Amino acid sequence: MIEFVLRRLLAALPVLLLVSLISASIMELVPGDPAALIAGQGATNIEIANIREQLGLNRSFVARLGGWYHDLARGDLGNSILLNRPVTQAIAERLPVTLALAGFALLLTVAVGLPCGVVAAVYANTWIDQAVLTFALIGVSVPNFWLGLMMIVLFGVMLDWLPAGGYVPFSDDPLGWVRCLILPGISLALLQVGLLARITRATMLEVLQQDYVRTARAKGLPFISVVGKHALKNVMVPVITVIGISFGLLLSGSVVIETVYSIPGMGRLLANAVFGRDYPLIQGGLLLTAAVLVLLNVAVDVLYAVVDPRVKYDRR
Amino acid sequence: MTGAEAAAVAGEEAPGALDKPVSLWRRLRRHRLCMTGAVIFGCVLLLALFADLLQVLPPEKMQVRLRFKTPDFPYPLGTDNYGRDIWSRLVHGARLSLSIGFAVALVTGITGTLIGVAAGYFKRLDSPLMRSMDALMAFPAILLAIAIAAALGPSASNAVIALSVVYTPRTARIVRSTVLVVREMDYVQAARACGGVDLWIIWRHVLPNCMAPLLVQLTFIFAYAILAEAVLSFLGVGPPPPAPTWGSMIAEGKDYLREAPHICLIPGMAVALVCLGINLLGDGLRDVLDPRLRVQIG
Repeated sequence: MIEFVLRRLLAALPVLLLVSLISASIMELVPGDPAALIAGQGATNIEIANIREQLGLNRSFVARLGGWYHDLARGDLGNSILLNRPVTQAIAERLPVTLALAGFALLLTVAVGLPCGVVAAVYANTWIDQAVLTFALIGVSVPNFWLGLMMIVLFGVMLDWLPAGGYVPFSDDPLGWVRCLILPGISLALLQVGLLARITRATMLEVLQQDYVRTARAKGLPFISVVGKHALKNVMVPVITVIGISFGLLLSGSVVIETVYSIPGMGRLLANAVFGRDYPLIQGGLLLTAAVLVLLNVAVDVLYAVVDPRVKYDRR
Repeated sequence: MTGAEAAAVAGEEAPGALDKPVSLWRRLRRHRLCMTGAVIFGCVLLLALFADLLQVLPPEKMQVRLRFKTPDFPYPLGTDNYGRDIWSRLVHGARLSLSIGFAVALVTGITGTLIGVAAGYFKRLDSPLMRSMDALMAFPAILLAIAIAAALGPSASNAVIALSVVYTPRTARIVRSTVLVVREMDYVQAARACGGVDLWIIWRHVLPNCMAPLLVQLTFIFAYAILAEAVLSFLGVGPPPPAPTWGSMIAEGKDYLREAPHICLIPGMAVALVCLGINLLGDGLRDVLDPRLRVQIG
């Protein structure tokens, strides 16, 4: 088991290396002089020279890359230009908020998407099925940030049921914390709910046609327990993958949702970095998110092996 | 003899060959949801094509005295915070959104096919190409697109570049998996045994048999790209103002949600409608072209 985990981690290493290389190269895409762009119009030559120095633009790309890896090895992602402080510090401060939001959205996704998919498969080709599929299709088509704005108008302004934005830390006011996560959580989760419901339904339909399901039914087991025990377990394997992917999408979706709801999380930090052309912060955020996702994929692989005994540890 | 016919002669089923257009159309026409999607998409396409004729005012024309008008004559969808006619901006935005979506699908289709075929057909290239694709796919799509667009600078063509970089690996992966199957088919082996040049075999036998999954994938990428472009414009890294993109219209409306929610409401509904149409179309195409996946729709 440990060997399996280690081997998966080792296999992820080249991808991680490439990921860091891509993150490091983002600034090379900037046409012209990044320092002048960051400083903005009307900046003095000295200011521009300072920023150039700060970004290491005086050195060659290879030297800068070497410096980036050297710092990375020490857990240093450079300094944010806008905030004038270490990128890692800025992100670490905001990360818990984003994790809370993404976690809440993931909870919603699983709590709504999974049952919807199962019910749709059980009642395939009835109006219930149609309703779930329509809902899923709408979830995939509606832009989530726009939905967020519309929910602010409806629930935050017109009905005044929930806060229209902002964030209350859990330690200050647990109830307020939940209240201000509800709307952004729903906006963020909608797309994933649609995806998860569709995948669950498709997998469930396949599983329900299997011989062992028929056998269980023939034994006289109630349909509910056949679906709940025999079928659901087999549905879980692809579903875990989707949940793993979902978490990544939720993390990146937070960039725009946190902007809409003025939530001080990592997403809003990165959105502001984009506005302010704060390249070190963009690069750091990109690298961290991708690294988390690569490791999450490894975790999903390991989880497969735990959930599904047919997945062998010792072969790839 | 096309690849599909060669396959038929060889008694094998090609995994992803396209049917003749006529029979394809006949089957698509019976797919009610697909036709609904086609009609929605067709309507928006017409709006985009005839935007210049349909506009009430030029989309960038500001009228300070006529700000925040609710939908009424002569401005069917009202005016925005600069007194610009929302309807005119909407139809021109359709042109912009559809062009960007189409460009992304086209570029992605070409680069994804090149990479996918190279990786799938030439074993030596497989590992380096696909590991690079894996690395690109490790980034959340939207986040990478935002970062690239932010680095390149806000413009329509840079949005296309950013989104194409993001969606190419996904396309390449699908093409590669089809090529891996096709290249083992007897008719490809036969062509090779006859001394066929690799590039000729790819063009004549491999590519035609990869078209179906590619087409389905590109339809969905079209929809994703329109959604993602709205996000980029919303965050200010899409085409710069005063370009009438749907995303930037939503962004401008968000400061006036209380007073004039229609500024925000209308372009968002347009995005949702177009994506719904394209997704329906894509689902239908998948049902018809890719029977292995039919279960997913039912």
